[in-house]
Amino acid sequence: MSILINKNTKVICQGFTGKNGTFHSEQAIAYGTKMVGGVTPGKGGTEHLGLPVFNTVADAVEATGADATVIYVPAPFVMDSIMEAVDAGIQIIVCITEGVPTLDMLKCKVACDNAGVVLIGPNCPGVITPDECKIGIMPGHIHKKGRVGIVSRSGTLTYEAVKQTTDMGFGQSTCVGIGGDPIPGSNFIDILARFQEDPETEAIVMIGEIGGTAEEEAAEFIKNNVTKPVVSYIAGVTAPAGKRMGHAGAIISGGKGTAAEKFAALEAAGVKVTRNLAEIGSTLKEATGW
Amino acid sequence: MNLHEYQGKALFREYGLPVSNGVACDTTEEVLAAAKQIGGDMWVVKAQVHAGGRGKAGGVKLVKTEAEIREFCDRHIGSRLVTYQTDANGQPVSKILIETCTDIANELYLGAVVDRSTRRIVFMASTEGGVEIEKVAEETPEKILKAAIDPLVGPQPNQARQMGFKLGLNPTQMKQFTQIFMGLAKLFDEKDVALIEVNPLVITEEGNLHCLDAKVVIDSNAMYRHPELDAMHDPSQEDEREAQAAKWELNYVALDGNIGCMVNGAGLAMGTMDTVKLHGGAPANFLDVGGGATKERVAEAFKIILSDSNVKAVFVNIFGGIVRCDMIAEGIIGAVEEVGVEVPVVVRLEGNNADKGAEILSQSDLNIIAGESLTDAAQKVVAAAGGAA
Repeated sequence: MSILINKNTKVICQGFTGKNGTFHSEQAIAYGTKMVGGVTPGKGGTEHLGLPVFNTVADAVEATGADATVIYVPAPFVMDSIMEAVDAGIQIIVCITEGVPTLDMLKCKVACDNAGVVLIGPNCPGVITPDECKIGIMPGHIHKKGRVGIVSRSGTLTYEAVKQTTDMGFGQSTCVGIGGDPIPGSNFIDILARFQEDPETEAIVMIGEIGGTAEEEAAEFIKNNVTKPVVSYIAGVTAPAGKRMGHAGAIISGGKGTAAEKFAALEAAGVKVTRNLAEIGSTLKEATGW
Repeated sequence: MNLHEYQGKALFREYGLPVSNGVACDTTEEVLAAAKQIGGDMWVVKAQVHAGGRGKAGGVKLVKTEAEIREFCDRHIGSRLVTYQTDANGQPVSKILIETCTDIANELYLGAVVDRSTRRIVFMASTEGGVEIEKVAEETPEKILKAAIDPLVGPQPNQARQMGFKLGLNPTQMKQFTQIFMGLAKLFDEKDVALIEVNPLVITEEGNLHCLDAKVVIDSNAMYRHPELDAMHDPSQEDEREAQAAKWELNYVALDGNIGCMVNGAGLAMGTMDTVKLHGGAPANFLDVGGGATKERVAEAFKIILSDSNVKAVFVNIFGGIVRCDMIAEGIIGAVEEVGVEVPVVVRLEGNNADKGAEILSQSDLNIIAGESLTDAAQKVVAAAGGAA
């Protein structure tokens, strides 16, 4: 078991024939991901990387039975692509593209929720279940099949956590990069709930960042719902308070959002936190007794 | 992208919101001419900077005479205004907004922002307008009224009415408030706003609602669909090095320390700064070179980092995901040769082809120190910069 994706997940790529779509689809195929095709409007009927290209997501789903899609289209076209995937009955949408307007995401998020579709991203490295399915831009070779679930707002910090859990021999059940945008398709809580239910995930690593209150909300959720050991690292202790415009940001966050606040909330929820990025693996060892 | 007050008010006007008659000027003479054109015997002059707290910092003044206007303009134009919302250097003033005076009976607060936790545009209003609004939010959060906008349905007048009744408005004011609320919500949606604030939203002595200030921040990701807002960009309000970095798609923020940092990924860049600090050092900057760290961008990043004369050592921390570390190593060597780096450079390469990268670095005769691990590299760079602070 794992969460979200496994060796049976059939994946298509939107923006398939573009530079990023091509490069990362090649990598995914080499990793063993069950890629079944791609979508580029106007290129339907052709072949790319040995796979069929379709004009629409609906055509691709009908012909291949795809249940997941990865989106590499440029930011101005992301909302359209997500909505097309939702309408075509795709169950899991992973959006890698960065720079998507926030108001587009507000609308997409509601549409995905209403349709019961899982959206990961945008502006994220993607999702990987080691040795089974890689959807996104993460380097496959640093992963190892195993028992730690990793969820993170940051790409390269996820890789740090992956490497340390691989080096310690623990391996990962599934790694999910939820992305650093203000309105992510899935948040920490969505993923934590899945890791808690997944029998193969024995412990969880959560990597956060300053800004917003997602980590504080996750802490509250962990306190009430997560029985597995959770280890957490928050980046941004030394980040300076930025220049500000007005008060609205401070009013809505109610003084939360600093690294100190987040560490405190997580510790109060029974999470084992580390302030040293190099010690995620060893902290996990301590927390689990492995 | 932040807008100036005068630009925000121009948008307010476009959406039918009540704002004062005013002119934004570049010189003292222009302000004097504008005063004549506006008419009357009393005006408000306001320094235009991308920050709040201007009133307390002397950046807003009621003026009655030519001498007072001259004094205010000569003091501010071309100088920097420091408020509690700026850093210690303040923000440069190049424009003064001169407006008609408004007689204030009462000050309200009205703002809207994209709320990450509810995933909605949330409007906030309070009877406690003015500068103490954050204190109100902290001490008496029940005095902040909130209304969340449904992303698919859009704003509804009943949401404005619910706020208006709680604000204690009379029927005329209620109508005006509903118009302002709906107008701001429309502006928010159509211009891809990230934050909008009317503080204060005043009730005049005649009993009318009036927008006395305007703070507007546009979502930078959405600028591609708002060419009409391009001209409102004021680079003088941004840090020069940050703007230069942005040209190369590098994300740079200057800090006070002496260890320059070059990292791929924003999260790891913050994590690297934290690690430097953990080992007793002080980071000189945040710098994210992004995913595609080419030789050119690495070179440009070195130039920006070294333009800060406080930098005594540079820490390069790259986790090669898809990018190959041997390619990065060659990029670093090329950049160090081209830019002429004279301070010690500590490099930690991890991930794809890290061993090959380390080998290339060790064979070069440049002043490059290899870090074996994150911790080892952090300790070495702190030592190279002169030891723990």
